[in-house]
Amino acid sequence: AAMATSNPSVFLLTVNGQIEGANFPEYDNLYCKYCFVYGHDWAPTSGLEEGITQITCKGSQSSHKLIWNFPLETTFKSTNPSGWPQLVLSVYGPDVFGNDVVRGYGATHIPFTPGQHTRTVPMFVPEPTWRLQKFTSWLMGRRPEYTDPKVVAQGEGREVTRVRSQGFVTVSFHIITKDMKKLGYDTGPSSPANTAAAPSGWSAEEQPINMQ
Amino acid sequence: MSLLKTPADPRLPFRQLRDASPGRETESGQGNEHEPACKDMRCIFTEEGLPTAEEAYNFFTLDFEPDPRGGAEKKGKEGAGRGRAAEEDGDDNDAAEEQEGAGGDSEDAPLVRDEEDDLFAVEQSSRDFLEVKKAEYVGHRERVQRESELLFTPSLRTAPTSIKLPKNMQPRYLEDEGLYVGERPPVSLTNENILENRFLKMEEGKKWFGDDGRIVALPDPIKESSTRPPLFHLEEDLDPALQPVYRKVRHTLSAPEGDYQLDVDVSGLIFSHHPLFSREHVLGSRLAQLYDQYLTRQGNNLTGHLTDKVSVAEDIHGGESLTQAMQQRISEYSLEVRTTRQLRDGEQEKDRTLLKNIVKVWKEIKALRDFQKFTNTPFKLYLRRENVDQASDEREHENQILAEVMETEAEMEEVHQRELADYKKHLEEWKLWRRKQKKGPSQDDTEEDEDEDQEASQSEGPVEEGPPKPDPPERPDIDSVEQRVREKASRIRRKPGESILVPELSAAGNVTASELCPRPEIARREDVSRRSLFAKILYNNKEVSRTDGRALNADFRVHFGQIFNLKILNCPQSINLQVFEEVGSSCSLLAQVFVPVPEPSVVTGIVPVEEYEFSSNQRVMFDHEGVGSDVPLSFEADGGNKQTLLTSGKLSCCVCWGSEEDGVPLAPPASQHPGGKHSGPGRLDAVTYIGASGLYDMKKIGEWATRSRLDPNDPKNASIMQLLKVASSGEVTAPDYFRLEQLQEEFNFVSDAELERSKRFRLLRLRQQEVAEFRNYKCVPALEREVTDKAFQEYEKRLKEGELVDTKEHLDSHRALVSKYLQKIRESVINRFVLAKHHYLLSDLVIEEEIPSIGGAGPGILGMNLFKLTEPKRPLKPQRKERKKVTAQNLSDGDIKLLINIMRAYDIPVRRPAVQGSDWLISQVRHTFAPLHMCFLGVLVFQVQVRPFVEVSFQRTVLQTTTADGPNPCWNEQLQLPFSAPNGDYSAAVLQSVKDEVFINIFDEVNDKDRGKSIHTRVEKHWLGSVKIPFSTIYSQSKIDGTFKVNTPAVLLGYSKERSHGANGGYDTLRTLSEGAFVTLFITIEPQLVPGESVREKVSRGRVRFDSQEEERLLQAAERFERDAARGHPDRPCVATVIDLNGKTVFVTRYIRPLNPPQELLDASPDDSQDALVARFVSLIPSLPDRVSFSGACDLWSTCDQFLTLLAGDEEEHAVLLCNYFLSMGKKAWLTIGTAIPEGPTAYVLTFEQGRYLIWNPSSGQFYGQYDTFCPLQTVGCLVAADNVWFNVQEYASPMTMSFDTTKANLWKPFFSRSFSHPGLSSVQPEQLVYRRADKVAAAELQDRIEKILKEKIMEWRPRHPTRWNRYCTTTLKQFLPKLEQSGGRDVSEGHRHELQGMLGDNRISGFPLHLPFSEIRPIVEAVHSTGVHNAHASNVEFALAVYVHPYPNNVLSVWVYLASLVRS
Repeated sequence: AAMATSNPSVFLLTVNGQIEGANFPEYDNLYCKYCFVYGHDWAPTSGLEEGITQITCKGSQSSHKLIWNFPLETTFKSTNPSGWPQLVLSVYGPDVFGNDVVRGYGATHIPFTPGQHTRTVPMFVPEPTWRLQKFTSWLMGRRPEYTDPKVVAQGEGREVTRVRSQGFVTVSFHIITKDMKKLGYDTGPSSPANTAAAPSGWSAEEQPINMQ
Repeated sequence: MSLLKTPADPRLPFRQLRDASPGRETESGQGNEHEPACKDMRCIFTEEGLPTAEEAYNFFTLDFEPDPRGGAEKKGKEGAGRGRAAEEDGDDNDAAEEQEGAGGDSEDAPLVRDEEDDLFAVEQSSRDFLEVKKAEYVGHRERVQRESELLFTPSLRTAPTSIKLPKNMQPRYLEDEGLYVGERPPVSLTNENILENRFLKMEEGKKWFGDDGRIVALPDPIKESSTRPPLFHLEEDLDPALQPVYRKVRHTLSAPEGDYQLDVDVSGLIFSHHPLFSREHVLGSRLAQLYDQYLTRQGNNLTGHLTDKVSVAEDIHGGESLTQAMQQRISEYSLEVRTTRQLRDGEQEKDRTLLKNIVKVWKEIKALRDFQKFTNTPFKLYLRRENVDQASDEREHENQILAEVMETEAEMEEVHQRELADYKKHLEEWKLWRRKQKKGPSQDDTEEDEDEDQEASQSEGPVEEGPPKPDPPERPDIDSVEQRVREKASRIRRKPGESILVPELSAAGNVTASELCPRPEIARREDVSRRSLFAKILYNNKEVSRTDGRALNADFRVHFGQIFNLKILNCPQSINLQVFEEVGSSCSLLAQVFVPVPEPSVVTGIVPVEEYEFSSNQRVMFDHEGVGSDVPLSFEADGGNKQTLLTSGKLSCCVCWGSEEDGVPLAPPASQHPGGKHSGPGRLDAVTYIGASGLYDMKKIGEWATRSRLDPNDPKNASIMQLLKVASSGEVTAPDYFRLEQLQEEFNFVSDAELERSKRFRLLRLRQQEVAEFRNYKCVPALEREVTDKAFQEYEKRLKEGELVDTKEHLDSHRALVSKYLQKIRESVINRFVLAKHHYLLSDLVIEEEIPSIGGAGPGILGMNLFKLTEPKRPLKPQRKERKKVTAQNLSDGDIKLLINIMRAYDIPVRRPAVQGSDWLISQVRHTFAPLHMCFLGVLVFQVQVRPFVEVSFQRTVLQTTTADGPNPCWNEQLQLPFSAPNGDYSAAVLQSVKDEVFINIFDEVNDKDRGKSIHTRVEKHWLGSVKIPFSTIYSQSKIDGTFKVNTPAVLLGYSKERSHGANGGYDTLRTLSEGAFVTLFITIEPQLVPGESVREKVSRGRVRFDSQEEERLLQAAERFERDAARGHPDRPCVATVIDLNGKTVFVTRYIRPLNPPQELLDASPDDSQDALVARFVSLIPSLPDRVSFSGACDLWSTCDQFLTLLAGDEEEHAVLLCNYFLSMGKKAWLTIGTAIPEGPTAYVLTFEQGRYLIWNPSSGQFYGQYDTFCPLQTVGCLVAADNVWFNVQEYASPMTMSFDTTKANLWKPFFSRSFSHPGLSSVQPEQLVYRRADKVAAAELQDRIEKILKEKIMEWRPRHPTRWNRYCTTTLKQFLPKLEQSGGRDVSEGHRHELQGMLGDNRISGFPLHLPFSEIRPIVEAVHSTGVHNAHASNVEFALAVYVHPYPNNVLSVWVYLASLVRS
């Protein structure tokens, strides 16, 4: 075990956090699905890879925010930072006829640096190809959807689609990494404020001696 | 309105009065004259006797000179102007009239008032004076004309250049002359023209124009790109992770664990000025400073030192010597003495001034103390007199003066001598010139000499031109020298004999106690006592410690006396001491002192405490005695000579490295200091680096310059153009490298060679390239050393052995070669389609409702969809809904399941009674006594039924149904088999190339109850037949639904095909054509996968085009034909063009051509069975779906000769070959493109024989009548013959319900018609096929090898049981197999069984022959395994295995495997 800790062959990335809520000015009664997309060298070791939140509606007195506060908790192991996990979010809700339609897709990389982060993910939906389709899809409650929500985490093939912005989802992360530095990847805190606050190895110790 | 003026007014000037009377007399004349002017007037006097306003005005103003009549016009104009003026006047006066009594400003006003009463106050009202007229209309033209006089409209047209330039000047274009002209800001031409025309109208307008005749303009100042890209903020600041953070390069100490210690000794603080200083303090500190200065000077004793030096130098000077070198030395010495003396004099003067100042300040202090009547400072100055010996002092003084005088004299003399020499030289020159002027060239030399003397004697001469005659230098005034020296001495030195004054400052004086002081002073002292000071120590701008607070003393000195030991880990960059002053609880930063980082050798104990001056510019003012800071302060009574003092002082501290007990300094090595690395970060800065290096790759810059079309005249580019010019002229030899590339090396992580060597990087790269072995490699090791060479072994082996043929796997060198060739084609085709594969269509990414079409076919009918709206959400009888399709890319193991619904089977072979010979009896009975047989059989059937169950094996997962009873069982069971893709890669390409097959085996469950003697029951299963369906078919079809013919072995020992004769005769006759058992299945994949789109489909959507040698017109027609077909009948496949092995588009009819079947084959059989034999030959060529071989890239058609060479192909190749054979045999045959189960879109062959159509399955060699219920061909899309293609436009597409008469245009749509006739396309097929003869030797060899391998495999599959081989049985079976081949697997079973039974006696035998076309060993092994014969677990079981390979021409091989298990009963 001692060997394993001193010479790690994988690093770990723990993602805690929550899908806090969303801001979809026009829609209500939404729920959110999430999943992770990651590269070949990544593997989840614990926690859920995907999930679905409760349906939330806008509060009467609060702002037009939709609150889910849905916890995320997943740990990944990897040997290679390439293919860093991305959180893919897709928000659904009923339309005027009660059909469940998609209200937005979005993706964000899991933050690299340990610590707390908040991400506001802009959401978008694919647009119908034709005007008439727009009408019928509205009528039928079958809006264009991605064949797989995970396509929003990749670039290939996206050039054929047209999308429209729809709103924002706010996600907060608490990131813990392990053994990254040992493997030579320094993702240490980037903001100088953190540097000062963190007990880093670069502060000088003092030992005042009163000579009087 | 105007005023009436009476000539009778006595105040009128005489001249006007005089003028008035003629005016009246010549009234008519005057009236005419002023008519135009009167027009504008609103009101005129109409009464006869009264003058008009005009007249009235003129009466006062006009000078009626005798005027020629011609000037009338002009006068009229003037009158108009004046008329207006008069009108205005009138207005004024009118107002005045109304407000009576108000003093009018106008000069006319009094006139009016005077006349008012007598003239018209009574008789006339205002109406009489006014005339109301209509508003006058001025015609448009007139107005324009009038306006044109006043207004100027600049022309829109371009002004000719000639007007814009000064006369007789040609326009000059600077740009043409090569001067830089910037780009003008864009202005529309019309606007520019208007502006130009305006300028031209102006005076001096031409100054606005440049030499080129255009308006002078600065270059366009607008930058095309924004200098600062906009930042997007989403509700909050930019992601901190994305914000660039400046992080200073850290110089890590090489040994971070090393103990480095920095000792900071803060000993104390002295203020040289503090806001709380009283005036006395100010003076006191000044005195102290001066005294300090004095002491320092005294300590250095510069004056004494210089005096000594002077005297020594003088001594040397005194020495006599004559040599040249000595002379030189002497002159140097004397120079040195002079400078030293001057220095000494300066120092002496300073000393004296200092002394004077000290005394002066002291006097001031004393005066101040007397004045304020108290003492604030303890300073006391004593002046100690040191008496000197008068005589010696005077002598010394005199000596010094003398020496100086002498020296000065010598110096002056020297200067004089030098000047004299100069003078002589100049004189010579002048004389020479003079001579040249005076004498011509004819003069003799002698005369010149004389003249020279003459001239020399002349002191003055007429100088015309040339150098002036030099004046002789004056002799220096030696006498005054002494005087001057003495004056100086008295100024800077004490007088001889005067005692030396030595000031001594002591702080021993008494300070007046506070109670004796006046109030302001007390306030000041209280303020001082309230204050305390402390110092913070900042290391690298971080506070690391601070001193204790110390109260400020009355003497403004603070003693800290603290030493701080700093343990440090990072390189020291700055050490900063901040002095804070604390008043009560508030504290303020007073000053900062930056202390240099000590050298590593500076260790505690050896360095003295140093004083660092500091000052602060804060402004402080007090209302008490404190003088404040940054406040003007005067010590003089009149307030003059103001001084402004800033808070300042000295901090004494000492920074040094700590040392251990043994004296080793705890300091980092010297190289770690940032000071030594100044060049470090600078080199990374590209610009400075480029600037400094001066190395250029001129060629690249030149290329860049031409490419970016730099304006050579733009001053901004001057430097680069200069550079290029220099380079092209060859003055600078340009090195071979570009300066930025050199820099690039610094950015590289490692060198390219190292990168190449890295195994990990290679792994990553190969994975990125999607090399098969690494395509889905998971978890590339994090570290280089963890990547083993093993990872590459397979790949490298493949690379290395690409050329070698692996005969072991293929058992046949020819086939191995073919498979290599196929592999190569596959690779090249895949490479060809790599681009197309990465093309995405919208439907790949987005699911959306199809475009609604009104009236068209397909699912997108608008009306239908709208109708759906009214459907109940949960209908009572739900219809099967289309399942949502899932793209295969994001699936993982276990996500995909194969659903197999086994419904029922027909005509399963039934068990034969185990009684020996009874079956023989039955058959005899059946033949002879048919009526009897009925009842007899009924009993038998009831007894010996069959208990079949179905076992499905896929990817070595085996599931089975429950056991049913009877030959027509009904299971209706659903089996779920997991599917896992190779390497966990679920991309469409990989899924398509999965070669696994689903084996559906039907078994009979036999309960062997050991004759009831024991309770031991042994359950055995006997294989009855199988259906195999490739996974690729299921994947591409997404569901398979239908009744399949079960592949039953030709001989099934112990079973017979029993029919329920007679019971339902009608149905029976229908089935006569189709022998064998059938099973009804429904197979699909859950979730439904979107089948990978073949490239062909993308081609049809116009995304990818293949090369083609066909005519463009034909291609377009084909495209249109296919498109129309797809629109009209989307479920009917239509093929007009296909892609050949070279990736070229070929028209499909070119493939059809009569081709000879192997003569060997024809000779071997009688005429009537030739068809079947040919079909069998074709079906023996192994089948390899294109989807598998080309990863679904596309469907390629090979020609018949290619097909026979490759010995592998899919249905199309088989069908084409069979069709061509039939054509050559004189049949009517068509290639049929349609869909069949289980293949999906496929190709069959249609023949017309003896008045009926036959459908041939080329892959199995079977044929079906048109009305055969079990014909696998489900839809017919189109027929292809050598001369045309017909598309099925009938109502139905099933062969049973349609007509194959292609002449009917309403049923079959021909491709070539009258409007577009067949262009005479030549065939791509060869004229005739050449066959190799069947090779019996090779076949025998292969036969042995297959047998050996299979035996090994069977033993391998039975690891826990001994496998015994019954040699006798094997021999019997081996003899039997060739007979089976000859009969085509028919009609030999009965006799064979008897033979076997006779031979084997009481052995219970179960087994069957398998028949396969030969491609490679793997399918044979799989087929044998799937029968499960090896699973017999009886202890006394024996096996028999016989293999027979029958060779056909051209290396087509038919393989028979007879496997049987024997149990001794």
